[in-house]
Amino acid sequence: MSETITRAPRRSGPARRVGDVVFSGTSRASALLILVILAGVAIFLTVEALPVFTSGSADITGGEGFFSYVWPLVAGTVIASIIAMVVATPIAVGIALFVSHYASRRIGQTIGFVVDLLAAVPSVVFGMWGMQVFAPKLVPFFGWLEDNLGFLPFFADGSATGRTLLTAALVLAVMILPIITSVSREVFVQTPRLHEEAALALGATKWEMIRTAVIPFGTPGVIGGTMLGLGRALGETMAVAIILSPGPFTWNLIGTGNKTIPSEIALNFPEAAGLRLSELIAAGLVLFALTLAVNLIARWIVDRRSEFSGAN
Amino acid sequence: MEKSDMSKRIDINDLNIFYGAFHAVKDVTMAIEPKTVTAFIGPSGCGKSTFLRTLNRMHEVIPGARVEGEVSIDGRNLYGRGVDPVDVRREVGMVFQRPNPFPTMSIKENVLAGVRLNSKRLSSGAADELAERSLRGANLWNEVKDRLDKPGSSLSGGQQQRLCIARAIAVQPQVLLMDEPCSALDPISTLAIEDLINELKSDYTVVIVTHNMQQAARVSDRTGFFNLEATGQPGQLVEFDDTQRIFNNPAQQATEDYISGRFG
Repeated sequence: MSETITRAPRRSGPARRVGDVVFSGTSRASALLILVILAGVAIFLTVEALPVFTSGSADITGGEGFFSYVWPLVAGTVIASIIAMVVATPIAVGIALFVSHYASRRIGQTIGFVVDLLAAVPSVVFGMWGMQVFAPKLVPFFGWLEDNLGFLPFFADGSATGRTLLTAALVLAVMILPIITSVSREVFVQTPRLHEEAALALGATKWEMIRTAVIPFGTPGVIGGTMLGLGRALGETMAVAIILSPGPFTWNLIGTGNKTIPSEIALNFPEAAGLRLSELIAAGLVLFALTLAVNLIARWIVDRRSEFSGAN
Repeated sequence: MEKSDMSKRIDINDLNIFYGAFHAVKDVTMAIEPKTVTAFIGPSGCGKSTFLRTLNRMHEVIPGARVEGEVSIDGRNLYGRGVDPVDVRREVGMVFQRPNPFPTMSIKENVLAGVRLNSKRLSSGAADELAERSLRGANLWNEVKDRLDKPGSSLSGGQQQRLCIARAIAVQPQVLLMDEPCSALDPISTLAIEDLINELKSDYTVVIVTHNMQQAARVSDRTGFFNLEATGQPGQLVEFDDTQRIFNNPAQQATEDYISGRFG
């Protein structure tokens, strides 16, 4: 064996093998491709949106400039997404823990399968279900909120149809549940047995073991999954477009009103031309920046604790 | 602190261990005296680690594992009706084959992890004091006193293992079990752990499983030799005696063969 190696022709530096060259070339190309695509999208959005920033504010929809036009959209998008995330994350983590640590193998697999199935439901179906079934069912609940929490601006005046931002947010929560659940489950399952046993040997109950070993180990993954879910909620178009009956911005989550960026674009894009088209593309640019910011923040949160992640 | 009466006597009576239908360890009877170091040696798969884990009911972590027989610590049967394994593990600490500090916790929080589980509220002064006392007890204090807030995983393997020992003794167990604690460590770190075991003996009953016969000879007062008659057969305790006796003049031929390196 060693003879073969010494007899191999020696050039300067280590031998270059065809397989290595091909593999490093293709993986490098893939990495570059993602940058090119991202740059392409960013350039398209910026160039197409440019007219909005150069034209007079009276020409923009609403007549008060682009900022006045876009901030209610941003607010609606962010509020709906945050509600969805806050509702979905604890449920997703609960399901993931149940599947990974409490359920028997068979029950766990069944539940995992059902959750994955939820991810396979097209968003337009969620939208129709949200509008036809879920929204009317929520009307009495909105009435209750109005009666009991009506002093808060969020629950001022209940909608009769139920097609409100809160309804859309709750449907979004259902839609992002599978992704957060499956990412969380994946990391919880990977908790090193050694750490679980360390906790148990110290006299931890099952829940204490999960609290000391499983959850801390899985937290970066859960944050990652939550951010993926948030990203999906921010960009979700069809379901929100169908459910929400759009209107100007209002703090009232259970009343008519509010829009989100993706639904605004989807509802208006087919008939838009000229400056109106640029407006919508500029709104898309804002959404792009928003999603990017969310991902950067998530990365920052995860990295901040990387020293303690167990990866070292 | 009253440490003098913390170590306890362990009586094992006719213990059989099963994994589902598999009979892993057969008919073990032995008495482990307080404040001694007892070593279990034997070839791989002979059930010595399995047996060690039944002394704090950690074997139950594996589904299908069960025991028949009795393990008593100072007369109280660990397998008695209504005994909670969680309580058993709080009294019988364990150190594992590979160091396993909690990666998400600092050095200090690792030491205090068990105490926090026992849901005692600690004032920050008491916490500092307990952390220092436990780390001193594990001969680690001088190496980490300036970086108590760094992650436990930033330490070397040998230091991590001593951190795990500090974590185990912080809850003041009656017995300390060690499952091949040096098998993942270099010789210098091994020496440090062996020195520590010698010191721990003055306060705790220590039971150690080791693959290394010299280590058993160096650290233990009593040695148990486990063996199995054939693959698939249950492991059993062949001989249990003073370490001197086991290594110099064993009663059983199998022990002598193993000690002298004829198998295993």
